[in-house]
Amino acid sequence: MNGSDILTLITIFVLSAVVGFEVISKVPSILHTPLMSGTNAIHGVVVVGAMIVLGTAHGTLEITLGFVAVVLGTINVVGGFVVTDRMLEMFKGRPRAGTPDAPGKDGGTGSQP
Amino acid sequence: MSLDTGIRLVYLVAAICFIVALGGLSGPKTARAGNLIGAAGMTIAIGMTFATPGLSRFALMAGAMALGAVIGFPAARLVKMTAIPQMVAAFNGVGGGAAALIALTTFLKAAPTELAVYQVVEVLFGVIIGCVSFAGSAIAFAKLQELMTGRPITYPGQQVMNGIVGAGILGLTVAACVSPHAWLVAIVAGLALVFGIAFVLPIGGADVPVLISLLNSFTGLAVAASGFVLHSVVLVVAGTLVGASGTLLTRMMSAAMGRSLPNILFSAFGSVITATGISEAGADRSVRSASAEDIAVLLAYSRKVIIVPGYGLAVAQAQHTARELAELLESRGVEVIYAIHPVAGRMPGHMNVLLAEANVPYEQLKEMDDANPEFQTADVALVVGANDVVNPAAKNSPGSPIYGMPILAVDEAKNIVFLKRSMRPGFAGIDNELLFDPKTTMLFGDAKDSLAKLVAAIKHL
Repeated sequence: MNGSDILTLITIFVLSAVVGFEVISKVPSILHTPLMSGTNAIHGVVVVGAMIVLGTAHGTLEITLGFVAVVLGTINVVGGFVVTDRMLEMFKGRPRAGTPDAPGKDGGTGSQP
Repeated sequence: MSLDTGIRLVYLVAAICFIVALGGLSGPKTARAGNLIGAAGMTIAIGMTFATPGLSRFALMAGAMALGAVIGFPAARLVKMTAIPQMVAAFNGVGGGAAALIALTTFLKAAPTELAVYQVVEVLFGVIIGCVSFAGSAIAFAKLQELMTGRPITYPGQQVMNGIVGAGILGLTVAACVSPHAWLVAIVAGLALVFGIAFVLPIGGADVPVLISLLNSFTGLAVAASGFVLHSVVLVVAGTLVGASGTLLTRMMSAAMGRSLPNILFSAFGSVITATGISEAGADRSVRSASAEDIAVLLAYSRKVIIVPGYGLAVAQAQHTARELAELLESRGVEVIYAIHPVAGRMPGHMNVLLAEANVPYEQLKEMDDANPEFQTADVALVVGANDVVNPAAKNSPGSPIYGMPILAVDEAKNIVFLKRSMRPGFAGIDNELLFDPKTTMLFGDAKDSLAKLVAAIKHL
């Protein structure tokens, strides 16, 4: 790697930071937790780095560390996306499934003493 | 087009997916699609890595990934909704650990003398931030899982000790840049783990969600650092995106609690002192408690009841019983709404998720700003396991650690009923004046038991 490569990476770093700040602006508070969990899943991309480390490792120590890194990174990715989806599934699917409650509610108003 | 160019373009597509995913996750309608786009980008990136020339041991890789998936998938699928905050902490911690291991292993691989100073700095950044995030997340997990106390842990000289550890990390980092030895990097890693633990210990349970968000953005930066180490553009992009958006999200979360981030991170000392001060003042006052039957009558003959759920409802798994009570009251003609404080429970949005799980109709859930005007016309505010989010100290006592936090105006209701396990203060560790209010009635017990008793009593009326 030479000097211009590191400059390219720094440029990418700065631009990504700007995008990261801009892309989430007004988030309603009920989405704070899912958004945190979703970004948590995205940094699971670390597994790609772990794969590269394991794929180029020499010797038992490096292979062991690389293997552990891939396991940890995969837990991050799989768990992160699945748990986020579970949270968001609650928001979207269930209110419609709850509509059978509506007749009971109307009946209730009718029987008001 | 060479294979290398192809691989770079595919990683670019993955990076775009991550940006689109972040945008999607910030809106309620697009959130789920956003998450799926993120997962698609991840699948693309991982798939491409399997096609990268120069790599070997694909079988071992696949084995490691299968092992990770076998651990991560059931954990995410089977965890109770109440335990999701600590699950996020755990997933965040392993990500930070992976980033630290990547940086460490890359350092071991290179002959240290070949490394330029900036490369050593990259490695150390990855190791330090990754280790802090790993250890900090582990403690956050233990606090939320109640493996240890959720109270702030403080001891004399704490800040001095943290300062010494921090200075040690800095000093050894400089030393490692001058003469890059593996043992120096290992010591820095160890100190960073200690620092991660020490940094989280004085933070109280109520503030841990904000802390997890902060550690999440740390892990993002650690991943970006490992991207620099490996010259991987997709790691730099995704890690930095998370680092930046996570920082912003952390600020939004602390703003929702009406606190500044430094106040959350460093205020443990002050809050403990204030807490004891208020406790003493409240010790000799009387509290009115009543039987479930009395409260059942009060509820059944009200026109409007507002249910205020809090963490007590979540731990007792009482969301289904709460809905049952609400439906029973509605069948008697009582208007029932749920007032949701943005930080009720242990995570913003926690209550919405739980009540949605119990099939509570979406229209009955009112956000704080819509709910607050309703209290003036409510006959009963039924507070189920919530405390700090209704504590008037946030409005009235400038010395209180929660002063300035917007609260639900339950004190404006004609009657207030608290379902609470004990007189113990909430996470913030401060007593609630409202418990001693003449309008207030207490029903002590587990939230689910109490609600079930109320349901039974109303059925008997």
